[in-house]
Amino acid sequence: MRHRYILFVLILVALFIGNSDGQKKQLNVFTWAGYVSDDIREGFEKEYGVNVLIDTYASNEDLLAKLLAGATGYDIIMPSDYMVSILIKQNLLAELNRDNIPNFQNISPLFLGKYFDAENRYSIPYTFGTAGIAYDSSVVTPAPDSWTVLWDTQYKNQFSMLDDQRETIGAALKMLGYSLNTTDPNEIKAAKEKLITQKPLVKQYKSEAEELLIAGDVVMAHCWSGDAFRATETRPTIRYVIPKEGSSQFIDAVCIPKSAPHKALAEQFLNYLLRPEVNAKITAFTKYGTCVPTAKEHLPEHLREHKFIYPPAEVLESLEWLKDPGDFTRHYNRAWEEIKAK
Amino acid sequence: MRRNYHLLILLFPVVFWLVCFFLLPLVSVFIYSFIERGTYGGVRWHFTWENYQRLFDGLYLGILWRSVSTALVCTAVCLLLGYPFAYYLARYKPKHRNVLLLLVVVPFWTNFLIRTYAWILILRTEGLLNSLLGAVLPNWGPLELLNTPLAVQIGLVYGYLPFMILPLYAALEQLDVSLLEAAQDLGASPRRAFWHITVPLSLPGILAGSMLVFIPTVGAFLTPDLLGGGKVSYIGNVIERQFKTARDWPFGSALSFMLMGIVLVGTVLYFRALQENEGQP
Repeated sequence: MRHRYILFVLILVALFIGNSDGQKKQLNVFTWAGYVSDDIREGFEKEYGVNVLIDTYASNEDLLAKLLAGATGYDIIMPSDYMVSILIKQNLLAELNRDNIPNFQNISPLFLGKYFDAENRYSIPYTFGTAGIAYDSSVVTPAPDSWTVLWDTQYKNQFSMLDDQRETIGAALKMLGYSLNTTDPNEIKAAKEKLITQKPLVKQYKSEAEELLIAGDVVMAHCWSGDAFRATETRPTIRYVIPKEGSSQFIDAVCIPKSAPHKALAEQFLNYLLRPEVNAKITAFTKYGTCVPTAKEHLPEHLREHKFIYPPAEVLESLEWLKDPGDFTRHYNRAWEEIKAK
Repeated sequence: MRRNYHLLILLFPVVFWLVCFFLLPLVSVFIYSFIERGTYGGVRWHFTWENYQRLFDGLYLGILWRSVSTALVCTAVCLLLGYPFAYYLARYKPKHRNVLLLLVVVPFWTNFLIRTYAWILILRTEGLLNSLLGAVLPNWGPLELLNTPLAVQIGLVYGYLPFMILPLYAALEQLDVSLLEAAQDLGASPRRAFWHITVPLSLPGILAGSMLVFIPTVGAFLTPDLLGGGKVSYIGNVIERQFKTARDWPFGSALSFMLMGIVLVGTVLYFRALQENEGQP
């Protein structure tokens, strides 16, 4: 019996020690899995003498649902572009005090003043990326340049599509020459029918294409640029192309929720992220583009101007933002359920 | 009076649990199913029947039928596999029986998600199953098993088989062997004795096991998602998407209530059957 008491006391002591650590100020970051690297977190902890606690979500909708359900305690969140505009409309974001974020000036104007936050009063960009086709150049020849390759029966059961209703319906819309943000039910119907004819060819709908490409499960994947680039590190024959018909682009932003308990510390974190040497670590880790041009000096050469990460100007022009269609979302939902049910 | 007071204290945790974690969520889902979807997520507090009207749509009824039939097949396969297993287990030497019983429970020590991932490794094109068959049979063309309804069915049977075996074992273990001996003395063949004595007496186990398998599989969404590769839609997946990407909580709530209704009807039928069985001499 006695050693049980000793164990009990030890647990109490451990709890107490664990708690006393809590005296330190704590920054609570709510972000995508695999988006804030340990060296970024530890660098901030050391310099500011605080704890950074990271909690993760798998989709923008998870983040929204949590915030709408009244979750508080988060100091930093990282919604994508369209979700920033929703969070602003829902009055869930705190306005940033630019005086506390002098490094704001490091951001390239290319990534500022976008539709979702025209004056960047609530958000700074964290990364930017695109959706396109990753392919294994040792198998897929000639190199594809159009969405139509994803309807080529030759690659039956050898490619995956994003498991994302807007991106996947969007790819079909783009192939048909329509806008990603169409609010014409007939265009959505046409895209839906395209995707239903494609379904027997698709090996899998999956949003994390990196592992499929690395394992060789697929030779092509409709995926996001960061996944494609991370796959090239293990399988150097992987290439990435943005189809000529155009595709989607996104910015993942950093925001402070209105309910943030440590707003001042959160702004210091934003300022820290915008230092060129820290911002370089974001790109080195996520393989998405940096929005701070001077960060490129701190990046290894192959990550600096890679066309996977920084599409050339003429390609950039073909890209659209995926905007939230409001109540029209229901048409996309319905089309997606029909595709999935086939 | 004093006894009542004590009883109240003893019952408090259960009542608290049921109210907080069963009744309140259920009531809120019920209320949500009668209001409008908010444009940017959340809800708008306007009463509507629309969410229920939308249920009677060939699309969702078709998906529902697929879920119910998959769950029925899963239950039947679990019963066919589990019955001989539980029978054998109940007849095994008591000394080693507990070890075997433990082996049934061992898979629960590993997280369900990880066990389902293991099936991906087994079923994939260049996975364990195809390589083993390829090694034995020279002309083996790899089977495309993963990302098909069959893979989902295999994963569900695997995941819920223990829930069938354990109640069956409990019923069969209590079976009085002398009844079978009496049947044989009176000239019944072993087969007849099995169908007329063993099966009726194990009926409570069969029904309990069937409910324990059917109810979770009809609403399953994790297994279809992982082993179906997002290509096979079940009602659980549709409900999950309403709460996530579709941001249509009211419709998701209505779908949940429809599913609950089906499960409730099944449970009522189950209790009826059980009572009839107990009423028999």
